[in-house]
Amino acid sequence: MTKEKVKATFWAFLVTAILARLIVLGSRNLRNFDAALVGYTFATLFAVFGITRRYALWLQRPPTAMYWKRGWTVFWRLFRPRYLASNGIAFVRRIVVDFALTRFIWRRGRMRWAAHWFILWGGVTAAAITFPLVFGWIYFVTDADNFDWYRIHVFGYPTFAFPIRSVFGFFVFHGLVWSSVLVVAGVLLALRRRFRDHGAAALQRFGEDLLPLLLLFAISVTGLMLTASYTWMKGYGYDFLAVLHAITVIFTLLWLPFGKFFHIFQRPAQLGIDFYKRAGEEGGQAQCIRCGQPFATQLQIGDLKAVQSALCIQYGMQDGTHYQDVCPACRRKNLALTQDALWRTPEAELQRFDRF
Amino acid sequence: MSERAFYIDYSRCIGCQSCVQACAECDTHRGVSLIHLETIQRRESVQTAPQVCMHCEDPICARVCPADAIKKTPDGVVQSSLKPRCIGCSNCVLACPFGVPRYQVEIDQMMKCDYCYDRTSVDKKPMCATVCPSGALTFATAEEIQRSRRGIAINSWKFGNEVVKTKVFVIVPREVERVNVDLVQISPTPSALSEDPYDVALMLESVE
Repeated sequence: MTKEKVKATFWAFLVTAILARLIVLGSRNLRNFDAALVGYTFATLFAVFGITRRYALWLQRPPTAMYWKRGWTVFWRLFRPRYLASNGIAFVRRIVVDFALTRFIWRRGRMRWAAHWFILWGGVTAAAITFPLVFGWIYFVTDADNFDWYRIHVFGYPTFAFPIRSVFGFFVFHGLVWSSVLVVAGVLLALRRRFRDHGAAALQRFGEDLLPLLLLFAISVTGLMLTASYTWMKGYGYDFLAVLHAITVIFTLLWLPFGKFFHIFQRPAQLGIDFYKRAGEEGGQAQCIRCGQPFATQLQIGDLKAVQSALCIQYGMQDGTHYQDVCPACRRKNLALTQDALWRTPEAELQRFDRF
Repeated sequence: MSERAFYIDYSRCIGCQSCVQACAECDTHRGVSLIHLETIQRRESVQTAPQVCMHCEDPICARVCPADAIKKTPDGVVQSSLKPRCIGCSNCVLACPFGVPRYQVEIDQMMKCDYCYDRTSVDKKPMCATVCPSGALTFATAEEIQRSRRGIAINSWKFGNEVVKTKVFVIVPREVERVNVDLVQISPTPSALSEDPYDVALMLESVE
């Protein structure tokens, strides 16, 4: 096993152990832990192990390590008085616009945005409801004085109570139904695009692009069938449906670290890039050694050279200059001029002259 | 007959922009033209240079990507950034030796020429090569190139000390084995340039 893998495995064990300990503590030594949900718990622990290991491996790639370090440095600057107002506003704006509203997907296409937004919020609400329940961190108890009321306990501590037969109760008890409806709508829109768009059809792969949608659909539909079974069908097929639902959820949890779902954990890095770009703009622009025009921040060009050095990319030129200091447009022009120069040998010029 | 491959011959480009228009018709990036067409020194020369992705064997764009968002298909085509992963840092844009990837500000992502994968994966020509009237961009077999061109096709490049091999070929004189890229600086000659404020080339430069 390489050094990187050993390090990543260590972090994976540590984070998984911390979560396991939190489950024991939060459920008051498993007193409030529902044994029927033990399969979900172990699948979650496996998922956390896999996600942490992959994340830790990812962070050790030279470019990722560089941005991880830089991202945190510029993030902590947020709290300095000089930057607090402007960066604080930018931070909140980014969270709302890019994470909550996913505006960047809206600009790629309305249907695409609708599909992603429904799946995103269906998934987030489902996770927020399911995990605390599975871990025994939240549970409902009938009030001793009033059997028509439920009291919510968080980490074993009693909090507020509400009438079971109330609008609030209806919305709370059907939380996962609303999540499922959102996810099903999103999945159907996403599948529609994947079946009809020629470009998507050319690039998509089953494991990467279709399987996650099918898994989300299977979880949501089996979950909705459970509700339908106990609400309208007097529990018909409930046991079978419960097992089927558990299988789909557990398979998805086990799949989390490997497939497309990993972007849920990886993508927030985008936030760091935004602050990195802002910090870079303060430090001045790098100028192209060919055309003299500014083309990137000095901070990024310096960091890129360090990353290239770590990756053994040797862009140092014969004359002591560095190819990284040439802007992309000049690189393209330079290629044409280089090819042109290859044809301009004395022999070639002579041949051309002979033709006339 | 061998498999078809992509060939660039910069010296044949006439700057007609057909490739630029056709590129936007590709289904994998519909409406967005990803090919570059550079004017070398507009006021003095009509020379232009088209640039598609060269699809490196060991793509530097992918190596410097912190999000691990750039992947190569088993048939050697380097794809645009994976949309769920790309964090819009522009490392790939700045590090690519051929200056190919584009950072699309409005979607905060990198996009690049993907060899018209919807077409080439079913052995159709890429859009740009389909419409190029001068043969600067050609999708053909090695035999066809050998028969119709004066030079030979090579796919080995050297930038500084970095050797890069690509899926796309360039046409060079027969004695050349590798393109050693040195910085070619054209000295501006202000005295030779027109002072006419209505000079079209001058106006285009100011637009850029």
